[in-house]
Amino acid sequence: MVTYIIRRLLYSIPVLFVSSFLIFTFVATTTDPLEAAKMQPNVNKAAIALVQKENHLDKPIIERYGYWVQDAFTHDFGKTILGSRPILPDMLNRLKVTLQLIIAAEVLTLLLAIAVGVYSAVRQYSIFDYSMTTLSFLGLAIPVFWLGLILQIIFVNIFNKWGVRIFYTSGLDNVDPGTGLHFLIQRIQHLVLPVFTLATISIAGYSRFMRASMLEVINADYIRTARAKGLIERRVVLKHAFRNALIPLMTLAAIDFGTLFGGTVITETVYGLPGMGRYFIDALSGGETYVIMAWLMVTSVMVVFFNLVADVVLGFLDPRIRLD
Amino acid sequence: MPEPVLSIRDLAVHFTTDDGVVRAVDGVTYDVYPGETLGIVGESGSGKSVSTMSILGLIPQPPGKVVSGEAMFQGRDLLKLSKKELRRVRGNSMAIVFQDPMTSLNPVLKIGFQLGETIKAHHGSEKDDEVKDHVIQLLRTVGIPQPERRFEQYPHEFSGGMRQRAMIAMAIANQPALLIADEPTTALDVTIQAQILEVLKTAQDETHAATILITHDLGLIAEMADRVIVMYAGKIVELGDVNTIFAAPRHPYTIGLMESLPRLTADEDWLRPIPGQPPSLINRPPGCPFHPRCFLSQGRARCREEEPPLRPIHAGGTGVHLSACHFAEELEGATSKLAEPTVAEGVT
Amino acid sequence: MTEVSRPPEPGSPDAPLVDLDGTLYASGSQVRTMPGAPTDLAPELTDSALAHESGLELKARSQWAYARSRFFRHRLAMGSLVVLIAVLLCGAFAGHIASYSYDAIDLNNINAGPTTTAHHYFGTDQLGRDYFSRVLYGIRTSARVAFFVSILSTILGTLVGSFAGYFGGWLDNLLMRFTDLILTLPPLAVLLVAAARLGNGTINLGLFHLGQEYRVALILALLFWTGIARVVRGLFLSLREKEYVEAAKASGSGDVRIIFRHMLPNSMGPIIVNMTLVTAGAILTESALSFLGFGIKPPTAALGNLIAQGETQMQTQWWLVVFPGLTIVIIVMCINFIGDGLRDALDPTQRRIRA
Ligand SMILES: Nc1ncnc2c1ncn2[C@@H]1O[C@H](COP(=O)(O)OP(=O)(O)OP(=O)(O)O)[C@@H](O)[C@H]1O
Ligand code: SF4
Ligand SMILES: [Mg+2]
Repeated sequence: MVTYIIRRLLYSIPVLFVSSFLIFTFVATTTDPLEAAKMQPNVNKAAIALVQKENHLDKPIIERYGYWVQDAFTHDFGKTILGSRPILPDMLNRLKVTLQLIIAAEVLTLLLAIAVGVYSAVRQYSIFDYSMTTLSFLGLAIPVFWLGLILQIIFVNIFNKWGVRIFYTSGLDNVDPGTGLHFLIQRIQHLVLPVFTLATISIAGYSRFMRASMLEVINADYIRTARAKGLIERRVVLKHAFRNALIPLMTLAAIDFGTLFGGTVITETVYGLPGMGRYFIDALSGGETYVIMAWLMVTSVMVVFFNLVADVVLGFLDPRIRLD
Repeated sequence: MPEPVLSIRDLAVHFTTDDGVVRAVDGVTYDVYPGETLGIVGESGSGKSVSTMSILGLIPQPPGKVVSGEAMFQGRDLLKLSKKELRRVRGNSMAIVFQDPMTSLNPVLKIGFQLGETIKAHHGSEKDDEVKDHVIQLLRTVGIPQPERRFEQYPHEFSGGMRQRAMIAMAIANQPALLIADEPTTALDVTIQAQILEVLKTAQDETHAATILITHDLGLIAEMADRVIVMYAGKIVELGDVNTIFAAPRHPYTIGLMESLPRLTADEDWLRPIPGQPPSLINRPPGCPFHPRCFLSQGRARCREEEPPLRPIHAGGTGVHLSACHFAEELEGATSKLAEPTVAEGVT
Repeated sequence: MTEVSRPPEPGSPDAPLVDLDGTLYASGSQVRTMPGAPTDLAPELTDSALAHESGLELKARSQWAYARSRFFRHRLAMGSLVVLIAVLLCGAFAGHIASYSYDAIDLNNINAGPTTTAHHYFGTDQLGRDYFSRVLYGIRTSARVAFFVSILSTILGTLVGSFAGYFGGWLDNLLMRFTDLILTLPPLAVLLVAAARLGNGTINLGLFHLGQEYRVALILALLFWTGIARVVRGLFLSLREKEYVEAAKASGSGDVRIIFRHMLPNSMGPIIVNMTLVTAGAILTESALSFLGFGIKPPTAALGNLIAQGETQMQTQWWLVVFPGLTIVIIVMCINFIGDGLRDALDPTQRRIRA
């Protein structure tokens, strides 16, 4: 197991290098931090040239890539081109927000999706099953940003009409970092809507996945064996079917979770949350090549890492899989 | 004659599908007596599995439904039991060995656990270490070497033959009165098959259970069974003592089955399959279900119009002999090559 | 868990890969093989393949006829098809149906709520622009984008997937590594980077004469084709082993002929189903891009940017957000239900058993 993990990690190093180079080429040729400055007639040409020189923007791509790799390892991804802010601390702050959001959303998603999926499968063709099917088709058709806006409209109007603040719809930044419970409650009030928004599509998709997985297992021979042994139905479902049906879902969830570190651009935008997604959009608008690069690298490392996590989870849940 | 262990009367099972109602089992009646082995043969889809699984509530419902019948077992009609009562019968006084040992064990649970669970389901008061001893004893009975080590292993660490042994151990864990073996050897290699049959015989000896042996393999029937039921299209077409059936088959379908066996000594063609396909179970043709494929019918109107009842036949032999053919008597003198001892040996 | 539909990657729950029966239809090869994972029910190849081979065109055709009758029996899919066609026709004939042009200003009715007065069914914004008309034009734009995305990515994905699956070897390896690479990147981020550039038209890739719809469609297609390629590759890998393909090879048919005459027709079912998934995904993704300001840009009306424009006043003029969004929901739901019906119809192994 340990050797397997080490081997996988070692293997991912060249993969990440290759992908970082491709990404770098792509990003460096498509972004230009000085685009806005160049258009301004009153900005000194010499100043622009200086910034270009300092940041090696005038060098060929290969060379720039070399500088970038050096910066990434020795200077925590370097600094922004405009304003010379160190990149890593900013990014870590953003990551904190994103983490709160995605962990909460993932937990909510898994709990609800598993419960709904299992129950729909066990009561296939029941009213519950049909309603959940309809709801999930709806969930899969709702654009995330639109859901976010609609929730905002609803809760702001509730506030305006009755003066009840159930959930905040924006302004996580403004939570006064006061103490203890109050802070916690405020924080939760701020995060509920974004979490729900983010989780909706996933709940719809995952519950369908779980249901399908469960139905497939329910028809397996070994479930018939379990029934033939005279086990009570709850035990057949929970001990025999559920254990097996959960394996693909957990693997999938682990993989998907890795992709979430990129933040949740849309949700963060709609709710004005200062997370990784927002960070990316801002960098993109500002043409901050190195921020974009750093961001893409962190997110792809996370994807690679959680792919490994998925394998380990799989090896853990399924005795047939041996990681070595 | 002793009281039967299981007594099935007029059992009918339907499946509701998009294309219509599949009448998988259509009025089946038979008894199983203590200690005997009753063989059930028939082509694939003839309703062998459904006719036995349905009485234990093991067919998927829906789409399946037992539409009529009675299944008396230990003084109670299984078809009238509540779910809870029926559950107490399953794996306890009536147990099953399934066809495919590769898929019939739960891949994520240890063998020992899966066997122990069977015991605990019916003997909740037994302590964990008692259960473990019991399980190891069972594994030993079915000839699994190093049972203590095997106890801790997962199904994928077992070979197919070993898994089927474990399945048999599971089936006899609670000393059943009736053992149903649904094609217990079909999925295994020929060499392993013989071993598993031995294990099955051991299991029968240990438990004195009556056995229903479902199979395609007439050779297996010849070796294991005391009495035989031949099923076709959800109905019993012939029933009798194993010797009688082989020596004096009185239904064209039974003869067809025997003819389609590979013969080692025969100088004729190796295989002579029954021509045609089994009928649709959705739109049953009127008359005898076998008539489109029957060599004896010769286009007689009676075969097409009137459904032959299962009726007693007097063709010599011992015990009850039933056949569902209008013209069974015309088969007078027919005998199966399997009745000749040399061949019977060759076929097992 | 994602915010936008990704390409219908096998096993991804984002794609509605599960039909109403809950049968899992993840098709093609899995990203990873997950033991115990719901198995791949990509339509088994039926006799139609063999029938085709032996010249029994009649039988092959009846397979399609059978599929058609199954689809027509699928009430939800049929209903969705009717609704979708109606919605699309409204979009296509926006110029004739809409009472206003998409940027026409009705100063008498500013910030009007949904009303029948002056035909402002979906209300108007602060400039007095009629949102019903704008939504109709938006449907046209969004549908155009989605249509091109699905055509482009299907053609590209099918070509690459079939060649990779058929020939295997380095070509296959290259494709798989490439799609793996794409998978490690957050799709939305890549789209945004690409769109930030290409969408502005500052890089002239010879597409300059095309409207921005087509530029956006091109960018989306670049993301979506890999999903189809994987599906087709998976199908071809299994088809390659079939007798009739071997037979065709033995009888000296050329590779290209085998691919297009023998294997492709037998892969059409899953390809068509996946095309519907791509279309739904494209609608959602385009609307998200446009909402973020990186997709279709005003003044062209697209459903996503209509919502973005309404956002600032949404607390009072809720209709500016609600109606364009509902339109998206309806379109995507219809497409998904149709996809569901198609899957039922085109997958002969799937026999519905009703309770
Ligand atoms: N779940 C089901 N849904 C619909 N029809 C079914 C179902 N299970 C069984 N049947 C039908 O019942 C009939 C009898 O099936 P059964 O499994 O008893 O056959 P069998 O004689 O055991 O065949 P085999 O030798 O292949 O095991 C089949 O023709 C089949 O069409
Ligand atoms: S009744 Fe007629 S068709 Fe049926 S088995 Fe007898 S002879 Fe054949
Ligand atoms: Mg059977």
